[in-house]
Amino acid sequence: MLKQMEGSHAVAEAVALCRPEVICAYPISPQTHIVEGIGEMVKAGEIANCEFINVESEFAAMSVAIGSSATGARTYTATASQGLLFMVEAVYNASGLGLPIVMTVANRAIGAPINIWNDHSDSISQRDSGWIQLFAETNQEALDLHIQAFKLAEELSLPVMVCMDGFILTHAYERVDIPTQEQVDAFLPPYEPRQMLDTSAPVSIGAMVGPEAFTEVRYLAHEKQMQALELVPKMAEEFKAIFGRDSGGLVRTYRTEDAETIVIAMGSVLGTIKDTVDEMRDAGVKIGVLGITSFRPFPLDAVRQAIQHVKRVVVLEKTFAVGIGGILSTDVRTAFAGIDILAYTVIAGLGGRPITMKSLHELFEKAGRDDLVPLTFLDLDWKVVNKQLARERQQRRSGPAAENILRDVSTTAANLS
Amino acid sequence: MNKPFAITLNPGSSLANHTGSWRTERPVYVDRLPPCNSQCPAGEDIQGWLFHAESGNYEKAWQHLTKDNPFPAIMGRVCYHSCEGACNRGNLDAPVGINSVERFLGDEAIKRGWKLVEPATESGKHVLIVGAGPSGMSAAYHLRRFGHRVTVYEAGPMLGGMMRFGIPKYRLPRDVLDAEMQRVVEMGVNVVVNTKVDNILETMAAGGFDAAFLAVGAHIAKRAYIPSGEVSKIVDAVSVLRSMEGEDKPMLGRRVIVYGGGNTAIDVARTAKRMGAEPIIVYRRTRDKMPAHDFEIEEAMQEGVMIRWLSTIKKAGDTEITIEKMELDASGFPQPTGEFETLEADSVVLALGQDVDLSLLEGVPGLELSDGVVQVDANMMTGRAGVFAGGDMVPADRNITIAVGHGKKAARNIDAWLRGTTYVAPPKHQVATFDKLNTWYYADAPKTVRPMLDIIRRQSTFDEVQGGLDESTALFEARRCLSCGNCFECDNCYGVCPDNAVIKLGPGKRFEFNYDYCKGCGMCVAECPCGAINMVPEDI
Amino acid sequence: MSFQPVKFYQTGTFTVGNRLLVPEERSVQANMERTNSLNSGHRACQGCGEALGARYAIDAAMHATNNQLIAANATGCLEVFSTPYPETSWQIPWMHSLFGNAPAVATGIAAAIKVKRQKGMKDDVRVVAQGGDGGTTDIGFGCLSGMFERNDDVLYICYDNGGYMNTGVQRSSATPPAARTATTMPVGQQPGNVFGQGKFMPAIAMAHEIPYVATATVADLRDLEHKVRKAMTFRGARYIHILVPCPLGWGSASQDTIKLSRLAKETGMFPVFEAEYGELTNSSKIRRLLPVEEYLKPQKRFAHLFGKSPAVGTIVRLQALADKNIRRYQMLDKEAN
Repeated sequence: MLKQMEGSHAVAEAVALCRPEVICAYPISPQTHIVEGIGEMVKAGEIANCEFINVESEFAAMSVAIGSSATGARTYTATASQGLLFMVEAVYNASGLGLPIVMTVANRAIGAPINIWNDHSDSISQRDSGWIQLFAETNQEALDLHIQAFKLAEELSLPVMVCMDGFILTHAYERVDIPTQEQVDAFLPPYEPRQMLDTSAPVSIGAMVGPEAFTEVRYLAHEKQMQALELVPKMAEEFKAIFGRDSGGLVRTYRTEDAETIVIAMGSVLGTIKDTVDEMRDAGVKIGVLGITSFRPFPLDAVRQAIQHVKRVVVLEKTFAVGIGGILSTDVRTAFAGIDILAYTVIAGLGGRPITMKSLHELFEKAGRDDLVPLTFLDLDWKVVNKQLARERQQRRSGPAAENILRDVSTTAANLS
Repeated sequence: MNKPFAITLNPGSSLANHTGSWRTERPVYVDRLPPCNSQCPAGEDIQGWLFHAESGNYEKAWQHLTKDNPFPAIMGRVCYHSCEGACNRGNLDAPVGINSVERFLGDEAIKRGWKLVEPATESGKHVLIVGAGPSGMSAAYHLRRFGHRVTVYEAGPMLGGMMRFGIPKYRLPRDVLDAEMQRVVEMGVNVVVNTKVDNILETMAAGGFDAAFLAVGAHIAKRAYIPSGEVSKIVDAVSVLRSMEGEDKPMLGRRVIVYGGGNTAIDVARTAKRMGAEPIIVYRRTRDKMPAHDFEIEEAMQEGVMIRWLSTIKKAGDTEITIEKMELDASGFPQPTGEFETLEADSVVLALGQDVDLSLLEGVPGLELSDGVVQVDANMMTGRAGVFAGGDMVPADRNITIAVGHGKKAARNIDAWLRGTTYVAPPKHQVATFDKLNTWYYADAPKTVRPMLDIIRRQSTFDEVQGGLDESTALFEARRCLSCGNCFECDNCYGVCPDNAVIKLGPGKRFEFNYDYCKGCGMCVAECPCGAINMVPEDI
Repeated sequence: MSFQPVKFYQTGTFTVGNRLLVPEERSVQANMERTNSLNSGHRACQGCGEALGARYAIDAAMHATNNQLIAANATGCLEVFSTPYPETSWQIPWMHSLFGNAPAVATGIAAAIKVKRQKGMKDDVRVVAQGGDGGTTDIGFGCLSGMFERNDDVLYICYDNGGYMNTGVQRSSATPPAARTATTMPVGQQPGNVFGQGKFMPAIAMAHEIPYVATATVADLRDLEHKVRKAMTFRGARYIHILVPCPLGWGSASQDTIKLSRLAKETGMFPVFEAEYGELTNSSKIRRLLPVEEYLKPQKRFAHLFGKSPAVGTIVRLQALADKNIRRYQMLDKEAN
């Protein structure tokens, strides 16, 4: 059924259709609307046999999820940014124990400075946590990925993080196609746990494992993610068969035929990139797009296949590894190891900085001329940066950089004095 | 369940890890000798019979008791229960009232008609016992249990010896005495009364006896020289007490002087009181030096018996006596002071101890007689092979419990001798001293006081002074036992082991250590209430 | 005593077992068929109070729930010594997640059970969470308070040995004043742990007004079992705080574990009581009141208070703490005094 609704609400509806049994909620922007929506549905009795638990922290949220999942309940939670970081210990624990929890991360920057706006720093910080990470491009895809996530998680007994851009998707009203309960039921069977706490067959879950077996445990976790590389495309096909639309998969190409340049990105920015590419294609530029849906496991083969004939790739990422640069780009480089392709890393959209078509046009044209430095910060205000650097050189106690910069860009009252 | 590798484990699988290898010391279960048992002159397994009484199984308790001593109802009245003095519970609140529970069991047995066990087979041997007192009747009982034929010759008209002719009724009612004597007789013991043995060897030869046990007691009163007038009445305590059993009660008058400080002096004074007299005990030393048991002195004084301490009788006249005041010297001996006093006296009763009539042993070769008693070896045998002796006629303290113990010991040795062997007592365990106990575990439970007859009746009748316990109080008292040194299956070791390394074997079967897992922490030893576990070094 | 003592004097009510009791009045630990929820072969130190307390408590909980029990366990000694790969000592469904989240994991387990029951599961499966004092009063405090506040159907059991023993005896907020730990060494102006800090979790639990709060020690098994059994009669959040001596951390002899537990109560250093909905309902009375020195002296962690020049002032302050406990938790029987 087609509906005009907020992205968060669409996700809430999708989760509800998956017949969740335990949901734990702790508020953090921009994720709040999702659990608010689910909470209301549980309270109203629209989701039967479901416990909605208002916990005292994200750490507790993931911990409650660990307990309920290990007891055989289909479990869901959602978080973002600082919240994800606050639960990190439990995030690793959930995957280490192989518990098929599904969690939405409404992607948001990590402070300090505190910032509630979108980038991918939060999810990406958990790239090594052992969770599967799927990035949604649109609200429709976000909705669809949640349905696929439960199936994927439960088949592999691994937790899945569905990542969607905070505000840009979560708070955007768009038209989405809400599937029927029958469709979801046909796609997603009831949860059959691989292991569980059961009084009729007691086990001890969470043993202390020493050097003699730890590497094997880790390898087996990797092996599971490798299985996911096969399972994710298969699941997208099954999904299409029932729901009638393409959603999910490992990667998605856009106008990559005969492309000399391919732009690689994740999440909602792919829309802006595609619009820019459309205009450049109209102007005769041989440029295409590769969207990555499955960041973990990282689809090395699929990426390699998509880019092996191009001259260059531009990896545009909403994350930044301080001290080295790109994170997605590093993974992409691993995919074309041995192939002679020029690769440019572009850091963009940090802390909610808008990524405009104008800037992208300039960027891609420069890339086409191979006029880019290996690491580019899109729309970086060099004037502000240099001013602060100069201040720091002059004066040891130069004050907090963030506040100084805000003053320099004239957005504080202090600047008036 | 398709369990994930390593992080999920099968239940209880740690049994594969034998932590016993950590141990440097190991606990072992031991049995120690409870101080009560150790102390008992009759060799009773006091703790053993209390164990059954604790669960209310009085018949089993009585059966267990009578393996060692066939006279619990008598013992429960006249035994001076030195066991209670040794009882570890005395360090906690008050000793267990062993004697009162014993009496309860004895009375229950009489009330319910419980019988002693008759021998399953007869040995064909015939043993002569001379004297039907506590020692002789105890020996008779034990020898019958061994399957020997037993004949008892008693000089007096009735059974019981000193229990009848030395102990007043108010301490030992005669129906109780009769019942416990009769029960031994019913085992098939042949008792011949009014028959004095004048020559033991002749009697043995005439009767074809294979062995003899002599237990004639000591009933010849010791005399003291007191200058006296013709009409003054001086009698001895043994005669007075003996005549109480006959038709003709002794005529002592109103003002009776009892001379001596032993239990017999007390008995005769209290007897006189009950006959309407005003007895005064004259004793040469102080109360704390008096050989009589203090509780008996106390009871006598309660009843109105007067005592003149530090006094000796110098002269006895028709209606008065002269006493001299004494004082104790540095070594505690009384010395005359030269101060005199006269007391009105209708009679003087001498209670200065008794001698043994050893006439039946005259001419027996090999015997050693000294200090008025017959010497016996460690096996209670006299210098004459096959002739054993016990009770008051051998060197030992004189009381009924010791006598009963001699009877048992002699019976065991006679039995061995008849079989051509020597009785060897099983080795005794180390005594369970108070420091071995963890008394925390015993609930607070003060001793039950037995009821006493009211004072008016104590002064005027021969009714029994001390009452018995009833069922509930006897049970309570039995349960005060700490079971010193012997496991009573409290489950503490089983419970407190952090490694579940104690195996409970079930009721009556106690426990075992599982040394596969015992780490040797010693908690079971520390928390064993009764000291029945020991820690020993591991052989490494 | 928080339960009616049975007047069988030979064994009293203090021993683990009692052959004179009818079977239904006997302790769980006396039973030949007890579950031994924490099985032999675990790697706890000799004389470990926590291993003992855990078996006491969990066996009692198993008994009370007809073996329908799931446990969540915080990181710590109990977890490490019971479940090193490839062996576990637990015989019940058991889960370890993290150091600070056992109460939340238990909430999740309880929530899952609730849903399963709604969906027709017959067994009334109950949940316990357990951890040491560090996992409870420090790192797990937030999750524990959350679980209490939501009144989730979880019994949380804290095994309090007064420090981080697993990591090498560091101070926790349950470490008693003056005690030596690796992070409160007996040096300087105030040797050992300082006065005036720390938390007494049972009182904090009471402040949440949860249905049931109790304290216990491994010295009084029957009392402990009674409290576990009673806790299982309530729905909602329950808390039992069990004092478990640690021979390693306390510097005590391995055989003294129960003795020290007993002395902790008899000196007033550790109050044993019950509370319902925030109100004190019962106190275990001191049987033989003793000065705190009796408790302190056998422990090397307090050794600096004694020796050649005893720290009388410190001992007096500790006695004052004990006296306050005795007053506040009504540890003396008024009739008996």
